[in-house]
Amino acid sequence: MTKKHPYLLEMKAIGKSFPGVRALDNVTLNVRPGTVHALMGENGAGKSTLMKCLFGIYSPDEGEIFINGDKVDIKNSNDALRNGVSMIHQELQPVPQRDVKENLWLGRFPKHNLLFIDHKKMFKDSVAIFEDLNIEIYPNQLVGELSVSKIQQLEIAKAVSFNSNIIVMDEPTSSLTGIEVEHLFGIINKLRARGVSIIYISHKMEEILRISDDVTIMRDGKYIGTWGAKELTTDLIIERMVGRDLSNRFPERTNAPGEVKMKISNFTARQAKSFKDINFELRKGEIMGIGGLVGAQRTELVEAIFGLRSVTTGQIMIDGKEVMIKSPIEAKKNKIALLTEERRVTGIFPVLSVTENTVLANLPLYRNKFGFLNEKKMKVEARVGVEKFQTKTPSVDQLIRYLSGGNQQKVLLARWLLTDPDILLLDEPTRGIDIGAKYEIYSIIIELAKQGKSIIMISSEMPELIGMSDRILVMSEGKLSGIVDGADANEENIMRLAAQTS
Amino acid sequence: METTARGVRLKQAFSHNAIWIVLIALIAIITIVDSNFLSLLSLKDIAVQSSTRLIIALGAAFVLITAGVDLSAGRVVGLTAVVSASMLQIPEYGNRFFPDLPQLWAVIPIVIAIAVGFAVGLVNGFIVAKFNVPPFIATLGTMVAVFGANSLYFDMEPNNSQPIAGLRDDFTVIGSGTLDLGSFSLPYIILIAIAVSFIVWIIFNKTELGKNMYAIGGNIQAAHVSGINVAKNILWIYAIAGALYGLAGVLEAARTGGASNSYGNMYELDAIAACVVGGVSTTGGVGRVKGIIAGVLIFTVINYGLTFIGINPNWQLIIKGLIIVVAVAFDIRKYVAKK
Repeated sequence: MTKKHPYLLEMKAIGKSFPGVRALDNVTLNVRPGTVHALMGENGAGKSTLMKCLFGIYSPDEGEIFINGDKVDIKNSNDALRNGVSMIHQELQPVPQRDVKENLWLGRFPKHNLLFIDHKKMFKDSVAIFEDLNIEIYPNQLVGELSVSKIQQLEIAKAVSFNSNIIVMDEPTSSLTGIEVEHLFGIINKLRARGVSIIYISHKMEEILRISDDVTIMRDGKYIGTWGAKELTTDLIIERMVGRDLSNRFPERTNAPGEVKMKISNFTARQAKSFKDINFELRKGEIMGIGGLVGAQRTELVEAIFGLRSVTTGQIMIDGKEVMIKSPIEAKKNKIALLTEERRVTGIFPVLSVTENTVLANLPLYRNKFGFLNEKKMKVEARVGVEKFQTKTPSVDQLIRYLSGGNQQKVLLARWLLTDPDILLLDEPTRGIDIGAKYEIYSIIIELAKQGKSIIMISSEMPELIGMSDRILVMSEGKLSGIVDGADANEENIMRLAAQTS
Repeated sequence: METTARGVRLKQAFSHNAIWIVLIALIAIITIVDSNFLSLLSLKDIAVQSSTRLIIALGAAFVLITAGVDLSAGRVVGLTAVVSASMLQIPEYGNRFFPDLPQLWAVIPIVIAIAVGFAVGLVNGFIVAKFNVPPFIATLGTMVAVFGANSLYFDMEPNNSQPIAGLRDDFTVIGSGTLDLGSFSLPYIILIAIAVSFIVWIIFNKTELGKNMYAIGGNIQAAHVSGINVAKNILWIYAIAGALYGLAGVLEAARTGGASNSYGNMYELDAIAACVVGGVSTTGGVGRVKGIIAGVLIFTVINYGLTFIGINPNWQLIIKGLIIVVAVAFDIRKYVAKK
């Protein structure tokens, strides 16, 4: 059955428009059976839109979809499942208060008769699927107690339970640790060997080159081409994604680190499993990268410096004087700014305008002599921020949630720069941002360092760490495992420090 | 792109003012049924009846915009009505709450009543901000407790739970007096509601407290990270809301010329309904004074207008219920459609 056609899935000349935007323009996607097919492109290239067309969330304006050579018409997610198409979402949405087996069989519980649910069968069927895929989850456990990685495995099991032979995985490794990624790849290989095709969306080049058979690249809603993964390199992929030669992914560093600005001594978190005994110095005009694997407690460390978490021991000296920082309010007073990792959770105010999002950390600046806020001045300031960073927004009155990730990040940077910080803590500042916008953010960071501001930048992208940092502090399991000079840094020596275990 | 942008703006203008369109349509329909409805007198009646409701709704809006809810509103109105009335009876009245109370300057009991409302609000804010109790539960607690406190006060010797009456003219004039401008007379209570609306508009739009209120409702975690003193702002917001309920209680006593502990019962639900219909988002961060005014007016027009054309009051309740649900359904659809 599965071998009768060279392609398991064909999406032909797919077109889709939204008011004012041509989201997809004559896009092709041909997936061979039993392969991992990477779908690549910058954010906004149309990958998600294409997958939503496949899954029936959007209906394409033009084009046809064939599965095993037969034309299919997918209008909703039920049609998709019936045709063997499943999707593992970027943000997994199980029911945390219910147990694993109920989540797995949600909507199609096995029943004794018309009324009563057959819990035993549900349990046995769950175990069978998990064993088959080498997944270690106990069916009676609450989903809320599972790690991100286990929840993802549960979702994959769910897809398999639907007998899906096309499984879409959207950024599946974005929050997995190294070991968890290996386990995921093991499951993927198992599925591939059975003739299941995986459409794999990711920004991580190394991963793509390792796991995928074919790579389709999209740019600005258009199909650029499909290549065998073996013919490709990271540089080639980036070049085709961006459409220009990106030999310089990072701007030239023109900052010059000066005297010591901040000294952190004996920093130890209150929680047992967090950072311990961290000591380092940050210089004026320096960009210090912090590297490490997921779980290295990097975010926790900068949040503690910013007063969001408490420490049992530890001292912060700024300009040679000890300071006490127990809340963001005090951090701000000491001219520290924090750009958090979870932009949507702890950064933006989605229902408020770009203006409000720009000025909110700094309202006292806009008081007039009667103590009321000067709306005009706030808008002017917001416009200055938009122009300075070339933020793409129709106006400063636009609600920030309608902006792309990169542009939201620029507004947040503008917000913090208005507080006139000396020290900027940037936690994954380019996460989820497309390559063009990344370059702009890099330029802004270097410009700030050049002005004498001290910068700490957490990043999980090795090239970014190496390309941007004067020095790289590497953490492992909450401990400082080493500080590498930017000039000597390479992926190997950072990885070795990051993987160091006690 | 140009035309679509204009289209979007037109659509936005329509959806931002949809509530006013509904209000005008409602008045038009009632007028068609009975052309006598559209008169200065009816409109004045509607405005008078809306005045205290508007003040309570504005208080409730402060809390709703922070993504909270304040169930204590109605009972605070009852408490402050009783407190102010108990100190403002005429000296000759036979059944005085405080038989030996000298004739106070009217402003003193009024200020005391508003301060009581403010204090209850502070308690609400404190429970929410310091103990992280969900606002629904925190204010449910104060709602019940405030009624208890009010009933105890109301039951004190020698009053023993009798309705408080015989209020002084210099007090009741606030609720029923008018400013006479030639042949036209403007009730003071409308002027007070307009003044309060203006002050609230200023707070919402021109002060740090207002901006912080929207920020806390929009994303409380981001507000915290941005160095906004979330606890302090929440404390102030609940306290101001409480003071507004206090003012509303005073006006209810003045308007009706009396008070009892049952005053204000369930007013919080009307206030929340008016806010929600007026575009205040139940998930926080969104709400404008203009919308809240329209929301309050719609419900008064339904009450007054449908009574005017002789529709059974029970039907009015059904229509009110429908409007609440439909308004919110449409509001939420706006966000769903954009996804």
